[in-house]
Amino acid sequence: MIEAHGLTKRYGDKLAVDDLSFTVRPGVVTGFLGPNGAGKSTTMRMILGLDTPTRGSVTVNGRPYREHTAPLHEVGALLDARSVHPGRSAYHHLLALAQTSGIPRSRVDEVVEGVGLAGVARKRAGGFSLGMGQRLGIAAALLGDPRTVILDEPVNGLDTEGIRWIRSLLKGLAAEGRTVFVSSHLMSEMAMTAEHLIVIGQGRLIADAGTEELIAQAAPGVVRVRSTEPEALAALLRARDVTVSPDGDGALAVSGLSTDQVGRAAGAAGITLLELSAQQASLEDAFVDMTRDAVEFRAPTRKGAQP
Amino acid sequence: MTATRPVTPAAPAGRAQRVSQARVVRSEWTKLRSLPSTAWSLLVTVVSIVGFGVLYCLLRVARPPADPAALAAFDPTAVSLTGVQLAAIAIGVLGVLLVAGEYATGLIRTSFTAVPRRLPVLWGKAIVFALTTLAVCLPVTVIAFLVGQSILSEKRLDIALGHPGVARAVLGSALYLAAVGLLGLGLGALLRSTAGAVAALLGLLFGPQLLVGMLPATWSDQLYRYLPVPAGAAVANVRPDPLILSPWTGFGLFCCYTGLVLALAGWRLVRDDA
Repeated sequence: MIEAHGLTKRYGDKLAVDDLSFTVRPGVVTGFLGPNGAGKSTTMRMILGLDTPTRGSVTVNGRPYREHTAPLHEVGALLDARSVHPGRSAYHHLLALAQTSGIPRSRVDEVVEGVGLAGVARKRAGGFSLGMGQRLGIAAALLGDPRTVILDEPVNGLDTEGIRWIRSLLKGLAAEGRTVFVSSHLMSEMAMTAEHLIVIGQGRLIADAGTEELIAQAAPGVVRVRSTEPEALAALLRARDVTVSPDGDGALAVSGLSTDQVGRAAGAAGITLLELSAQQASLEDAFVDMTRDAVEFRAPTRKGAQP
Repeated sequence: MTATRPVTPAAPAGRAQRVSQARVVRSEWTKLRSLPSTAWSLLVTVVSIVGFGVLYCLLRVARPPADPAALAAFDPTAVSLTGVQLAAIAIGVLGVLLVAGEYATGLIRTSFTAVPRRLPVLWGKAIVFALTTLAVCLPVTVIAFLVGQSILSEKRLDIALGHPGVARAVLGSALYLAAVGLLGLGLGALLRSTAGAVAALLGLLFGPQLLVGMLPATWSDQLYRYLPVPAGAAVANVRPDPLILSPWTGFGLFCCYTGLVLALAGWRLVRDDA
């Protein structure tokens, strides 16, 4: 469980994080979404006690991070893949980390095996690819078998197989009842991994909602319908106060109605349908709109816009 | 299983995973010994101490003191330990790298998430590095001394380890190296940048003598003894010298300077964002 209250961080005259309040609950993967520079990493550093908030507070498992006596057992963190000395082997990096908390060597071997680095654990971490560096960082995060896992952009640099591995790992950790908090700047990635999303833009909270709910709001579906009588169908649907536009091939793009509603309306009017399908708007476009709107609305109205 | 038990059944009890200073010392020992740069720096140190000692002894045997006054001023202990001042630079720079290197690579954030109170990391590094430096330098200064004296004995210029002050000078040289290492470590933690901390280290070791040398002699003679290197190196002095402090007073003063830098480093470590 991570609880942030009015979290604010100011660097000079730039507000990196602005009055952020949210709760990350155990048992589900929570995505932390925002464009680059939105304040995700700063927020994560404040959660981990690395940066001190200018105002506000944040607790992990009920306490400020710095007050935990067994921190590696409470929180496992991946900050960025380069938080490793390039001259040291992966094994010794993890061993040194484990020894601060009296975690046995056998656990080091276990996580090395678990993230698939067994073959290269004795090699210098400096020679690792970005993907291997990410795996090493994840091994470090899992070392203490933590109740809360915080990962900053874990899929960066991973190949498709690695991305799949991360997804199932995160879901598995959440299913075990842990708190899983993962940042990303890719909404499509988060849509596949996270059940809950916290979206920020320019340091401010934009949305804090279930992933499906958020996608439905931010990227409303469009129904593509092709029929034998497109003009008649368009006229019929326009009467119901929805937007209808040509979609090529004599098809229509209808927003504001579900496929059921379009199908029933056509059926009632005796129009033959050749094709009827729901189209998802691009998640990335929706996400860009959402965060850009927040920025635009912010200046004049002070309060962040809703998605 | 009780209700207070963590949600992760496979986990060892949280109680067993507490951070302690002793555990952090073990961790820092693993960090120190697993970096190739440690071995290289220590090798440079060893070669500096023994190599320059031997070289200078050979030189003095080739050009022995010409007259009785020069013979009276000849300090065979100092001659055989000439390399220590050079080794001090290598050790000091290694000290800088131990902390500044963690800032440069971002490892410091990993270290501080494992040890959120932070200070145990600094003390752990200091303990491990000081002991390692002593363990390496003490035998090496003894060897440099013995080899040097055997070279000097050719012209009967040598001195025995049992001679008053000699054993203290040999032991003190190793202690001085450890203290310089800690000064470097403190500067690395205080300034967080390798280049900045190395510059500050060299500045502190050599700058004050240059500045004081520009003052009138009556002032510079008074001030010189309190400068870091003259004070610290006094511990290796065998012949009484009115211009420098007594051996342990001088070394104590050097330790105070080092302690001050470490205290400032600790203050910044806890206070500032990592």
